[in-house]
Amino acid sequence: MSFITGVGLTPFGKHPGKGTLDLMSEAAAAALVDAHLERRGIDGLVCGYSTTMPHLMLSTVFAEHFGLKPQYAHAIQLGGATGFAMAMLAHHLVESGVAKNILVVAGENRLTGQSRDSAIQTLAQVGHPVYEVPLGATIPAYYGLLASRYMREYGSSELDFAELAVLMRRHACMHPGAQFREPITTDAVLASKPIASPLKLLDCCPVSDGGAAFVISRERTNEFSVRIRGTGQAHTHQHVSAAPSLTRFGAAASVAKACDAAGIKPRDADYAAIYDSFTITLTILLEEIGLAPRGGAGKLARDGHFNHDGKLPLNTHGGLLSYGHCGVGGAMAHLVETHKQLTGRAGNRQAKKASLALLHGDGGVLSSHVSLIVSSS
Amino acid sequence: MTILDWTQSGDGIAYQTCSACQSVWYFHRSFCPDCGKGEPVIRQASGAGTVHARTLVARAPTEELRAHAPYLILLVDAEEGFRLMAHGDPALQIGDKVRARFTDLAGRKIPYFEKI
Repeated sequence: MSFITGVGLTPFGKHPGKGTLDLMSEAAAAALVDAHLERRGIDGLVCGYSTTMPHLMLSTVFAEHFGLKPQYAHAIQLGGATGFAMAMLAHHLVESGVAKNILVVAGENRLTGQSRDSAIQTLAQVGHPVYEVPLGATIPAYYGLLASRYMREYGSSELDFAELAVLMRRHACMHPGAQFREPITTDAVLASKPIASPLKLLDCCPVSDGGAAFVISRERTNEFSVRIRGTGQAHTHQHVSAAPSLTRFGAAASVAKACDAAGIKPRDADYAAIYDSFTITLTILLEEIGLAPRGGAGKLARDGHFNHDGKLPLNTHGGLLSYGHCGVGGAMAHLVETHKQLTGRAGNRQAKKASLALLHGDGGVLSSHVSLIVSSS
Repeated sequence: MTILDWTQSGDGIAYQTCSACQSVWYFHRSFCPDCGKGEPVIRQASGAGTVHARTLVARAPTEELRAHAPYLILLVDAEEGFRLMAHGDPALQIGDKVRARFTDLAGRKIPYFEKI
């Protein structure tokens, strides 16, 4: 058993002058306050990576900077799935007695710390260096390929994708830390600048500065009682050219493992936190996991099903699409928001009932999948 | 026969097969990813296939490539049983039968598919 005893999240967007360690420190400090822990109470540290501060040993660089002397520390790298993979690892580490209170942290000045071309080129490297990247492929192009095939197989339309962008923006408008807080319409999404068909600018998450952190503990440290109940992973490929299928990925298998461990079914969840790097990512994941019928995610979004006051509140902070995406911290924000919901601290975004959450993240091109089941009890 | 491979600046598409388990794959390596047997056979693809997925890239990643945008990136199912990424005629649609020719993109040889 493990508890998520505290969470910390910076606003996402532009943080000029702040570097990776600054953003990590800001989020970590907030998570410690939330967990009612001092630095000396942290005996484990797991951190992500930063494209603006590549380092062989980011965890100990951070530990020295922030003032931690952990008995266990390292960084991990799993693209967009890193945040939930760190939570899964910390859960198993505290369960097995390696540490009592593990700080999980990531941050990056991905927006202001480099040029936009540089960010796009760095991210494109998840593609194959010989067989894909020289073709001028980008991350949106890899996902554009998936989207074209998915539309063909299941009849999803660009309007269906746009509904998910509008939903995430609607939620972001209720969160003061979100990068984008101007309401948008499906027409605006459809008319936005073409990036990699069928994806347009508003189908794509932004590049952001930001940081996120949480503390995973063996025992409660405060009044919160949020537990990680089950975890799962699945990894089917790295490169889109080598994906066994463009319509079925490892998401269902990963979620099934997490649900089995927790003794629940995906549809038992009353809150969902699903990776949404692009509208097609969110579409595929919701539909493969079974939280929406094939080809039906857009319609459910339009009908209010995923609203904060709907049947299955989804990414109520605005997700990667509108809260923002600062790299590893991007998906961690989904877990921070889940914690806020499960502890009744989501303010004007508070769901009517949020007690059992299903979280799912992916890295690469729907390559690496990590799922978590989290409950309040 | 010399195998032509666009990743080595040749006018051709090369792939690999396993002599033990008959697996077919595209990304070259020195063993079979299915059964692990060494010394895979390198073969020349015909260049014919079917469009599996397509995306028209408007936002290119570099200044050099911006001159070529928008360009169509495809995943093509080669008739030999492997899948590859390539460029193609922007009019191509999923399911189209296509054949490769070879062209230059920002100083590199790449496969470019056209409708048969």
